[in-house]
Amino acid sequence: MTAAVFFGCTFIAFGPAIALFLFTIAREPLRVIFLIAGAFFWLVSLLFSSLVWFISVQISNKESAAQQKGLLIFGVVLSVLLQETFRFAYYKLLKKANEGLLTLSQEETMPISIRQLAYVSGLGFGFMSGAFSVVNILADSAGPGTVGIHGDSQHYFLSSAFMTMAIILLHMFWGVVFFDACEKQRWWAVAAVVISHLLVSCLTFQNPEYVASLVPTYVILFLMGVWAFYSAGGSLKNLKLCLTCKDKDLLLANHRPR
Amino acid sequence: MSTLPVVFSAFQTRKMDLLSNKWIINLIFCLFFIGVSCNSVENKIYVHLNYTIPCVRLLNATHQIGCQSSLSGDVGVLHVLESEANLDWVLKTGPNPPYMVILDSTLFTRSIMMKLKTGSSRVAGVVVVAPSSNPAEGFSPHTTCPNENSGVYSESYDPALAHCNVTVWNPLGNGLSYEEYDFPMFSLKDDNDTQAIKQCYYNHNHVVNGSSPQYPLCAMQLYSHMSAVTDTATCMRRNGINFSLNPEAVCDPLGDFNVLASTRPLNYTDKGHKMGESVVIAAARLDSRSFFFDIAPGAESAASGFVTLLAAAHALRNATQEAQPNRTILYAFFQGETFDYIGSSRLVYDMENKQFPLDLDNVHSVVEIGQVGLHGESKLWVHTDPVSRRNSSVNEEVEKLIRNLNSSALNLNFSLQEPSFSQPLPPSSFQRFLRARPIPGVVIQNHNSAFTNKYYESMYDNAEYLNMSYPPNLTPEEQLEYITDAAKALTEAATIVARALYTQAGGSDPIQLQNINVDSQMVTQMLYGFLVKSNNSWFQQMVPSDFAIHLRERPTNFYVGVTQQHSEPTLLVQYLLANLTGTTVNITQDNCQNQREGEDDKESKHIYSYMWVQGAAPPNSTERVAFCVRSTVRLSKALSPAFDLEEYTSKDYSTWTESRWKSIKGRIFLVASHELEMLTLGVGVAVLIASLMLTYIISSKADILFSSGREPTAATY
Repeated sequence: MTAAVFFGCTFIAFGPAIALFLFTIAREPLRVIFLIAGAFFWLVSLLFSSLVWFISVQISNKESAAQQKGLLIFGVVLSVLLQETFRFAYYKLLKKANEGLLTLSQEETMPISIRQLAYVSGLGFGFMSGAFSVVNILADSAGPGTVGIHGDSQHYFLSSAFMTMAIILLHMFWGVVFFDACEKQRWWAVAAVVISHLLVSCLTFQNPEYVASLVPTYVILFLMGVWAFYSAGGSLKNLKLCLTCKDKDLLLANHRPR
Repeated sequence: MSTLPVVFSAFQTRKMDLLSNKWIINLIFCLFFIGVSCNSVENKIYVHLNYTIPCVRLLNATHQIGCQSSLSGDVGVLHVLESEANLDWVLKTGPNPPYMVILDSTLFTRSIMMKLKTGSSRVAGVVVVAPSSNPAEGFSPHTTCPNENSGVYSESYDPALAHCNVTVWNPLGNGLSYEEYDFPMFSLKDDNDTQAIKQCYYNHNHVVNGSSPQYPLCAMQLYSHMSAVTDTATCMRRNGINFSLNPEAVCDPLGDFNVLASTRPLNYTDKGHKMGESVVIAAARLDSRSFFFDIAPGAESAASGFVTLLAAAHALRNATQEAQPNRTILYAFFQGETFDYIGSSRLVYDMENKQFPLDLDNVHSVVEIGQVGLHGESKLWVHTDPVSRRNSSVNEEVEKLIRNLNSSALNLNFSLQEPSFSQPLPPSSFQRFLRARPIPGVVIQNHNSAFTNKYYESMYDNAEYLNMSYPPNLTPEEQLEYITDAAKALTEAATIVARALYTQAGGSDPIQLQNINVDSQMVTQMLYGFLVKSNNSWFQQMVPSDFAIHLRERPTNFYVGVTQQHSEPTLLVQYLLANLTGTTVNITQDNCQNQREGEDDKESKHIYSYMWVQGAAPPNSTERVAFCVRSTVRLSKALSPAFDLEEYTSKDYSTWTESRWKSIKGRIFLVASHELEMLTLGVGVAVLIASLMLTYIISSKADILFSSGREPTAATY
């Protein structure tokens, strides 16, 4: 529509991700490296799934709308499964890398914990996924027109931006839960992550009924957020401590020389 | 040491394998990129306009005329103008300026356009919907006094006759073409696309009973940014600036070529005055214009004149080849006459400066054929210049010429008359000759005083206006051969002109005179070719094969265009004139295309011009039989002398230039309200700030928040 919409949607979509990057990742070079590697892994998964989809579209009957819709659903499901597969592959790679880093470095402690790696890799997946979801839409939002001349809903840009924000945060939460589940060999948790990813992706088929797709997505986002909070070591007690500002006393009391 | 090369070669072959594998994969990936679909989000937003005809900017020594858009296109909310009173909505009361006004052709009038021009801060552009039939009351965007300052009538020649004081030649002229607009103006056809645009307006923008329309509104963006500004001197100066490695020109002079042919060959290397040569110039003009760019059907203003002259030239072919009359007839078809007589001023300049094989002293008289389209009456008018006729010798010659014309019209159902009162010449190329010296001459027109052409220099001056009506259900070939009423009338006119020219040139054989007859079949074929479809079998026979592919399925466009681009009518008239006044010679294609008759012939190319034309296919085969035509047809450059002399503010010569542009396009889409946009930005900024604050708080308290389940060994956070 104009520059205002462009910046508004960019900030909505990437605001939380930029904030997280600035405050938690930007200062640590190791975290940045693993973030970018995570983004790359997501990109490769997308490449393979788009290859398969492209070939199947060329083979299929382009005229039949039902077949194209079926193909799209197939493509989405395949893409989700490939993304999760690559998340698992990245997990395995990171485990090996961590051991290698440990043998190479002089210190006795691991430079980066697996929990931090979970968070960083999830965020990397999220960045790249968000970029591919929304960048071309943002490019078109900078022009003078808005969606609607053929009868589509006007709120296309706004809902795409909110959806992207949800997806980025979800990837981060999924990363944390997934790695934690793999560490503790809880395969039902891994399955739950995959199923919730499938659910969110399939909810987008409700578009252009944006309410029907965004509200359940945000509900799932909240639930996954809570689960990730608990997997990362948080608890209700800690939350209450922070909120009532008794944390400073605890810090002093528990202060141990490192 | 000896193992190294082995290892190296093994490494190299491994590298080669990897390399070849990589190339195979690259190739496969590249192949997959064929058939990638276009941007679907853009398709959801914009609908591109297919057929867009802009109005472009033209500049001369003192002014710029035409339209201009901003560099990134002008966006405006659509408004279909219902009446002149509805202009209030656009200019004063409408709540969502700027507006893109859509005009039906009936509302494309001077008063509405002037009001839009003054309120141009609220007007983003104007779109004119061209109708499918001509408006009954006439329309002419040209000025009332065409070529006012570049003809012969000025304060010094005769102040009483200057500036159309005696006769206003184009009374219907509203001068719209010569105004400057700072918004883009496009023309659309009245077809499905335009219906879709109007539908978009009715769905989203149409207001009922004074309420304001709700967002989102239908809007249009037009791009027609013109690079040149102010006037010709400025843009020619900017052409010459060499800042970068690729200097970009901003404007180009208008011009093309004049087509000339003579009954006796002239040696084009022998320039300047030719002793003992007395020439009768038979002139017509080739070009026309309209308000919009590259649309110039010019049926009555241009085609009627030069088709008559072409037919007369053909009729005179035999008479002037067997027993040559004493004077040579020079057929001159001038280009660029609409824009201050570019072609004729150039020829006069060349003659004065010994750049042409003839001199003004060689010119005996001038017969010019102006607008001769007839709409039912069988009368033509002979206009002369009263000032030069004050000289008795000139007057005598003019009267002799008029007598010749009248005697040629005797045996035909035609009458030629002089206007009843003393009036100046209408706008004509002959005026440029008179500016140089008083030469006897006449201009033949179809009007007594003011033009009868209701659509002078407009997009409605087309075949329909000239009464070229064909019976329904004819194939294109049959239409080509069908003799229309217009063709019959022009045949008569051409016969008169041909016979008068023969007599004027000194021909005295009465039998020859009687045998000069114009073929009406040829006239109707020419009219069809120029005004209906240039890609027809008759034209195909007469052009060389490399031009045949440029013949179009639509009428010829008579706009003169810039000098670099060859205009279609010039070339068509050149080939036609060559075929109609020349002879077939039996020489090889190689010799023909090299302008010689034999291997050692070096002289012919200065006198004759040779053309290898496609020819027709004989009845029982499909291969065309090509042949060589030898004629005296020449193209002479029609570029205003102002550009050679670099006098870009010249008052004597035409200084018209056309601006250059990068892209001309348009698209329609919906726009959202300003409030919604600001709301989106506000929400975005709020989300960003909130997430920044939240993240800062959480990360500073991360030790506490994520402390349970901590590994026993202290890990860095």
